[in-house]
Formats: sequence, structure tokens, C-alpha cells
Amino acid sequence: MTTTTLAVLVPLLPFLGAVAGLLLGRTVPGLVRPLAVLPALTSLGLAAVVAVRQGGDAAVDAATQLTPTGSVPIDLALHIDGFAALVAVLVGVVASCVQIYSTAYLRDDPRYPSYAALVSLFTSAMLLVVYSGDLMVLLVGWEIMGICSYFLVGHYWETPEARAASLKAFLVTKLGDVPFLIGLFALAVDAGSFRITEILATVAQGGLDHPTLIALLLLAGVAGKSAQFPLHTWLPDAMAGPTPVSALIHAATMVAAGVYFVARLLPVFAASAAALVVLAVMAAVTMAGSALAALAQDDIKRVLAYSTIGQLGYMTGALAVGDRGAAVFHLLSHGAFKALLFLAAGVIIHAAGTNSLAAMSRMKDLRDRVPDAYWTMTVALLALAAIPPFSGFFSKEAVLGAAEHTATGHADSAPAAAGWIVLVAGLVAALLTAAYATRLWLLAFRGRGAEAPDHGRQPVAMTAVLWVLAVPSLAFGVTVGVLPDWFDGHKLAPTLTTSVLGTGVALVGALVTYGAWRHTTALAARVPIGAVAAHPDADGGQVEAEAIATHAPAYGNVASAPDPADPGRLLLGPLHRHAAVGFHLDALYAALFVRPVQAGARLVRFLDREVVDTYVRGAGTAPRWLGAAVRRAQTGNVQTYLSALLAGTVVLAVAAVLVATAGA
Amino acid sequence: MNLPIAADAPQGFLSPTGIEIAFVLVGLVTLGAAVITVTTRQLVHAALWLVVALGGLAVEYLLLTAEFIAWVQVLIYVGSVVVLLLFGLMLTRAPIGRSPDADSGNRPVALAVALAAAGALVWVVVDAFRTQWIELDKPQGTTDVTGSILFRHWVLPFEALSVLLLAALVGAIVLSRKSKDEPDANGRQNRNGPKTPAAQKAPKDQKAPKAPNDQTGQTDQTDQTEGTR
Amino acid sequence: MHLAYPAVLAVLLFCVGLYGVLARRNAILVLMSVELMLNAVNLNLVAFDVWLRDTLHSGQALTLFTIAIAAAEIGIGLAIVLAVYRNRGTSAVDDLRDTAERPDDGGDGDGVGPEGAAAEEPDEPAPGASQKAEATA
Repeated sequence: MTTTTLAVLVPLLPFLGAVAGLLLGRTVPGLVRPLAVLPALTSLGLAAVVAVRQGGDAAVDAATQLTPTGSVPIDLALHIDGFAALVAVLVGVVASCVQIYSTAYLRDDPRYPSYAALVSLFTSAMLLVVYSGDLMVLLVGWEIMGICSYFLVGHYWETPEARAASLKAFLVTKLGDVPFLIGLFALAVDAGSFRITEILATVAQGGLDHPTLIALLLLAGVAGKSAQFPLHTWLPDAMAGPTPVSALIHAATMVAAGVYFVARLLPVFAASAAALVVLAVMAAVTMAGSALAALAQDDIKRVLAYSTIGQLGYMTGALAVGDRGAAVFHLLSHGAFKALLFLAAGVIIHAAGTNSLAAMSRMKDLRDRVPDAYWTMTVALLALAAIPPFSGFFSKEAVLGAAEHTATGHADSAPAAAGWIVLVAGLVAALLTAAYATRLWLLAFRGRGAEAPDHGRQPVAMTAVLWVLAVPSLAFGVTVGVLPDWFDGHKLAPTLTTSVLGTGVALVGALVTYGAWRHTTALAARVPIGAVAAHPDADGGQVEAEAIATHAPAYGNVASAPDPADPGRLLLGPLHRHAAVGFHLDALYAALFVRPVQAGARLVRFLDREVVDTYVRGAGTAPRWLGAAVRRAQTGNVQTYLSALLAGTVVLAVAAVLVATAGA
Repeated sequence: MNLPIAADAPQGFLSPTGIEIAFVLVGLVTLGAAVITVTTRQLVHAALWLVVALGGLAVEYLLLTAEFIAWVQVLIYVGSVVVLLLFGLMLTRAPIGRSPDADSGNRPVALAVALAAAGALVWVVVDAFRTQWIELDKPQGTTDVTGSILFRHWVLPFEALSVLLLAALVGAIVLSRKSKDEPDANGRQNRNGPKTPAAQKAPKDQKAPKAPNDQTGQTDQTDQTEGTR
Repeated sequence: MHLAYPAVLAVLLFCVGLYGVLARRNAILVLMSVELMLNAVNLNLVAFDVWLRDTLHSGQALTLFTIAIAAAEIGIGLAIVLAVYRNRGTSAVDDLRDTAERPDDGGDGDGVGPEGAAAEEPDEPAPGASQKAEATA
């Protein structure tokens, strides 16, 4: 088969799996798991073959016109360069892992068939985004991901948190998608095509008329999808979905789509220095703010969610300094270790019966209950904190190196200001990242207090996946020499300055956190805290759903817990209160948008009920009165009727006579 | 019109002939009896005044030289219809003497409608026919003439009419026959009407008087017509 | 003789009968008024027949037919009045109000209706309805 055929099959197989799963899920339950896992695995294999065949050479392009539109044509196009090939492999890996993991994690869930089908559809949509060479087709995948995330985040729709979170995810991403769509049209009008290759060719000739406007419009969609400030607020709340969904959304699919999109169209953004600066500021604010917020979260998954936002900030930072190789490198390594982190967190939540770090810090020997999760998560946290020689170190150093390169004026594609912004924010974020990674590890695995509950061994499907993902988290860095061949050719190897700086601040962050923890951990015994799910023997999904549902009643807040033993509380000081709630951004949005909209809705309701309906009721009242009046004539007395009839006859007769005589 | 005699013999209303004077006098009596019929509070008196009115009309027919119609009028209306009405009044236990509620609440409306209709019709009729003259030189409705036209030109409608009368006869019998649930009707009448003797009398009187009366009406007429033939 | 005399007399008789039909309570009196109206028509028929000198004498023939039909009508009419009287216990026309609108009709009863109904039949409607149903069945 040709590479094109294989590439077409890659997104098609999960799609067919999703359709079959939806159709057969109820009637043939035995087929659900094979239909979920096999298409993902096959797609992974095919994506790997496509990647090998493409091999970093010239991009594979194939197109067939989908429909003549009269103006800008829409093509069914493939555009597979090195970025696309590798990102598709990552998507395949994470999707396969998530599907395998889910078979055990949602073992007893009655809605597993639809869940698995939606995950397949999600995967298919992401692969479509990755491979598509036409922006309209890309948009199709982009929007399918939006609606799938709505369904998957709301998987536990019985809980109000999940319902609110799914709606929020949908609305916030859609808020970004509107300008995104307008931006796409503007881009297509300027370039005369939706094809990526032709757009890039146009940009190379300087043919864009409004680069800044287009770039900013597109950035809005990217910020919504990739959870960048100020549209990031949906992501922490999306933790109300099952853990595998979080892994899928955070590691490889939805949030990666935004970064990937910018990476693909980077020349468009690079055409506008203002857009790059905006991107840099966005990335800097996102990095620093999310890292601070992560340090204050109590829910283990929310820590990881804010960490995702921060790491995505690194990627957009890399894009802001014009190095998409570094961005996609970080995307790949982050995809691996973040998927690992989430899946391991799922195991931990299942084992501990709670998602609260405060509760975990009061459990002894949790690490012995889940040795696989303990070791793999340690690896992933080291990668997250960018400690050499783990994969995160290399990719993050690539980003910082690119920023330093730009800041010192060696790159002509991006303004130096963007470089400085990204570099400083990146170093601050590196410090904070190491701090919250250390905090997470200490609180989860170094707890003291009562014995952790024993639920026996975790299912193999869950633990094996962890080890599979641990390999790239550990060793992806060795590819640093090969990857530039696939990408633009920029050198990705770490430079000495940034390596020393980055690793240094990371170590400082870790050590400071450790010191704080040593200081505060003594307090833990004094304040008993912790709520544990009631169903120790249930599958992971149910335990997690209960843990999320009980967090707010137990601790007063979905995000934080009043735990004095938390080192983050000591480190952040007065800032902790604000960081725990995401710096009041939700409250701000509520005041700025939600309340005016609700007030407007109330006004409309009032107008409808009281003003419009008054006319309607009035229109109904007049005929009713008329009817009552006419009904009074229905006396049942024949003589009355006859009198009226004859009176009418007389009148008519007189009228007829008058008319006749007048005419004569 | 097709009769030049009628058209060109306009006599003044102020110089009436004898027949006219008689007609108007009898007409006044007839009208007065009719008015009393519809206004009196004594129901039986109303029936009797109806006799006067119908009899007056018979006299008017005679004055119009339609003698056969006049006799039929006397025989059928005065002889049978009024008797039938009196039986009806009796069977429905109409009060003897003055009844205060003989008129319904519709009376003002009825008066207005009747006056309006009378005004309109009188106006139209007088306007249309004030110059027309009826020549009464030759009797138009002798029994001989009536019998011959009835059985020469109108025999088919006449036979159809006999079928109608038969149907009416059967219908009247069916309608007035006692239904099978007699005790129920009796019980209800007993409860509603305080006069118990009437309840006993009612079943007895149901059928007997009416059907013969109806029949006599028919036989009278057929006898007469056969006689004329 | 002027044609106007019989014509006007017929008109007046007709209107007197009209008044009777509309104003009388007792159904039999209504029937009497109907007879008056029929006779007014008969008078017209005869007068115009005589005036026109019709060779077929259609006016007089129709008068005879009308008289016969009136006789049949009075027979049927009386039978109906008797049946109604047996079922309802009344022969007052304005008490027969089954076709009236129910919800609003209870109170207004316009004018003579309530007192007449109260005098003759205090609890008329309910048994009347049931009786009527049985009679029609």
C-alpha cells in the first residue's frame, strides 16, 4: 500500500471503530473491548509505518477536491511532514494506552460502550487534524474533538460537577472557535486556498494582507483549545471526567491540537511580530500563573491539569520565539510523561480511595500498595521537573535554548522581546514546576499516619500501560540528535547556559519544597483530614467519581483543602488563597460574562412573560369575552331563536324592498 | 296583468261596494278574534276565539266566491282541528281559568317583530296592489268547478297528499303510544304532579281520542271530494 | 272588490299568528297561532286565485292541500306536545332548554323563565333529561 493509503487509514480506522462500537455496543457486549482497542493499536502501527516511510523527507501531499464551492475550494487533502508523522505516532500511542487502560479502569461502567466509542472518535478526530492538509477538513476534526470532549468530560453526568465542567469546556472552547473560524476564512481569502501548502507558499511570498489580524483571530481559537491564558479555565474543571479521558485530552489530543496548529502554520504567525509578542506574553502568563496555581491545588488531578497548562505554555513560548521544532519536541515528550502521570494518578486514586493530596499525605505506605504507579510516576515527575536525563529535560532545554537564542538576537524570525519574555517566564516556571512536582510526590508517596487501604493488585491492563509509557518518559531524550532531521533542522540539543540555569532552578525548587515539607509534615498528625470513597472494591472509574463528588462536601472546595501540613501553603504564603482558585479568574468571568448574560436572560424572560405574553393573553381574553357574550344568547329557548331569525328576515326583506324600489 | 278588467276598473276606496263593506266588517271580527286568541290568558277561551276567527275566514272565503273552500274550512278547522286542540289542552292539563303565565318572557320582542313585520308587509302589499280590482261577477270556487279541476289537473298531488296523511296518522299513533316503561313514567308524573287522579287518567286518554280525530279529518275531506264528484 | 282588502287582512292575520308563535308559552297555543298563520296564507291563495281567474284554479287546489297538511300537522304536533308533556311534565316552550349553554345558564335564566319553571316544575332538569334519554331509546 502506498503511504497515502496508509495515512488515510490511520484516522479512518478509529472512526469505523467508533461507529461500530456505537452500533453494536448494546447488542454485542463482547465486541466492545476489541472494537475499542484494536483500531487504536492498528492506527498506531500504521502511523508508525507512515512515519518511517516519510522519514523526515519531503512532505507527503495528496489531495482530492471535496466539493466545488465557487470561491475557495475545499479539498480532502493530506499533508504529512515530519511533525505530522511524529505527532500521529504520539496520538496513536496515547490513544492505545488509554483504550487499554480504560478496559480495566471502567470495567464495571454501564456506559463503557459509548465511552469507548467516543474515545475512538476523539482519536480519529485528532488524527484527522494531524494529517489534514486542508484547513476546513482540519476544522471538522477540531470541532469533533470539541463535542467529544463535552461528552467525555460529562461522562459522570449524574454529578453536578461533571455537568458544569462539560458545559464549561464546550462553551469556553467554542468561545475561542468563533474567532478561529473567522480567522480561517480571512486566511483563506488572503491566500486564496484552504490548502496548508498553498497558504505557506503565499506566506513565503509575503502575500498575506492582514497577517496580524489573522494571527490574533487564530490565536483565540488556539488559546481556547490549548487552554492558554485567558481561556484556560475549562481545563482544571475538566478533571471531573474519568482519568483516562484526562490523559487523552491533556497528553496528545485536544490541547495538543492548538499547539500543533500553530506549529503547522507558524510562518503565518511569524509574519506578524505583534502576534508573536502576544503569543509570548500569553505563554509567559500561562506558565507562571498555572505553576503557582498547581502548587496550591489539593486534587491530584487538578495539580496535573495546571501542570499541563504550564507545559503548554512552554510549547507556545517555543512557538513565540519561532522554533516549532522545540515546540513539537516538547509536545511529544510532554505527551508521553503527562499521559503517564494521569494514568498513574488514576491508579493512585483507585488505591487510595481519594483524590485529595491532603488525605494521601496521611496514609502510610501508599507507595507499597501501588509499586508500579510509584516508580513510573517518579520517572514522569522527574521528566516533568526537567531533571536530566529524563525526556522533559531535553525538550524543555530545547525550548529555553530557543528562547535564549532569540533573546540574544541570533534569530531573525522572532523579536528579541519575545525571547526574553519566554526565557524569564520559562525559568520561573521551571522553578515552580519542580516545586509542585516535588510536592505532589512527597504528599502522595511519603505520607505518614494510618495504613493505606489495601485493594489487592491493580489490574495488569492498568499497570502495564504505565511501564509502556515510562519508556519514552525516561529515554525520549536520546532522540534529540535525530529529531532535527524530521523537523526544520534547528538544533535541539541543550546548550550549556540554559541547561545549568534550568536544572539549577529546578533543583532549587525541589529542595526548597522538600525543606518546607520537612517543616510542615509534623503538623499533619495534628489535623486529621481525609475522606475515602465508600466502595473499595469498585473499579477505578467509580471510585474516582465518588472521590470527586465528595471533595467539595468534605473540604469545602473542589480545588483546595484546609491542610496546614501542605508545603505549598507555606511556600506561597498569602498567595496560596488566590492560587488555589486559579487567581479568581472564574469569579472574574462570572462577574464579567455570566452575570450580564443571566441578567439579560432574566430581562428577556421578563419581557417574554410579562410584556409579550400580555398581548397574547389579551388577544385570548377578547375572544373569550366575546364568546361569553355570544354564549348568553344560547338560552335554549326556541322562541328567542325564532324571534331573532324573523327579525332578521324582516330587516332583510325591508332592505331588499328598499333596494328594489330605489333601483326602480 | 293578463286581466284587463282588473286593471282598468279602479274604484275609489272611499266609495265601497256592499261586498267590500261586508268583507271589512267580517275581517275586523276575524282579526279581533285572532288578536284575542293570541293574547287571552284563558287557554280554553283562546281555542274558542280561534273558532270565531276561523269561522270568520270561512265567511271571507264565501265572500270571495270560493264556497267549497269555505265549507272545507268550516268542516276541518272548526270541526276537527279546534276539537283536537281542545283535547290537547285537556290532556296536558292546561289550567281552566286565567293563567298568569300564558305569555313567555319573549313577549316584547315578539310584539316588536310582529309589528315590524306587519308594517313592512302592509306597506309592501298596499303599495303593490292598491290599484288592483277583483271582479266577483262569476263564482270562482263552486264545488263543481273545484271538484273538476282537483280530479282533472291535480289528481296526482292529491293522491300524494293522501299518502302524507297516512304517514301523519301512523306518526301520530307512534308518537302518542304508551312506551313500555309505563310505570316509570307514571311514577315520575306522580312525583312531579300533585294531582294523582290525572296520573290515572293520562294513560287511558293517550291514544283513543286523537287517532279517530285525525282519521275523521281525512275521511271528512275525502267524503266531501267524492261527493262533489 | 279591491285586492288590497283580503291581502291586508291576510298580512295582519299572519302577523298576529307570528306574535302568538313568538309570545305564547303553552305549546298548544303556539300551535293555534301556527294555524292562524296558515289561514292567512290560505286567504291570500284564495284571493289571488279569484283575482287571477286561473283556469287551473291552482290557488284553490293549493288551499285545499294546505288545509289537509295543516290537519296532519296539528295531529303530529299535538302528539309531540303530548309526548313532551309525558316526559317533561310541562308543555311550556321556554322550559325546554336542553340546548342552552350550561355553565353560564344557571344564573341568568332571563326574565320569566325562572319563575315559570319554579311554579310548575321545581326539579325539572335532571329527571327530564333522564326521561328524555329513555324515551328516545
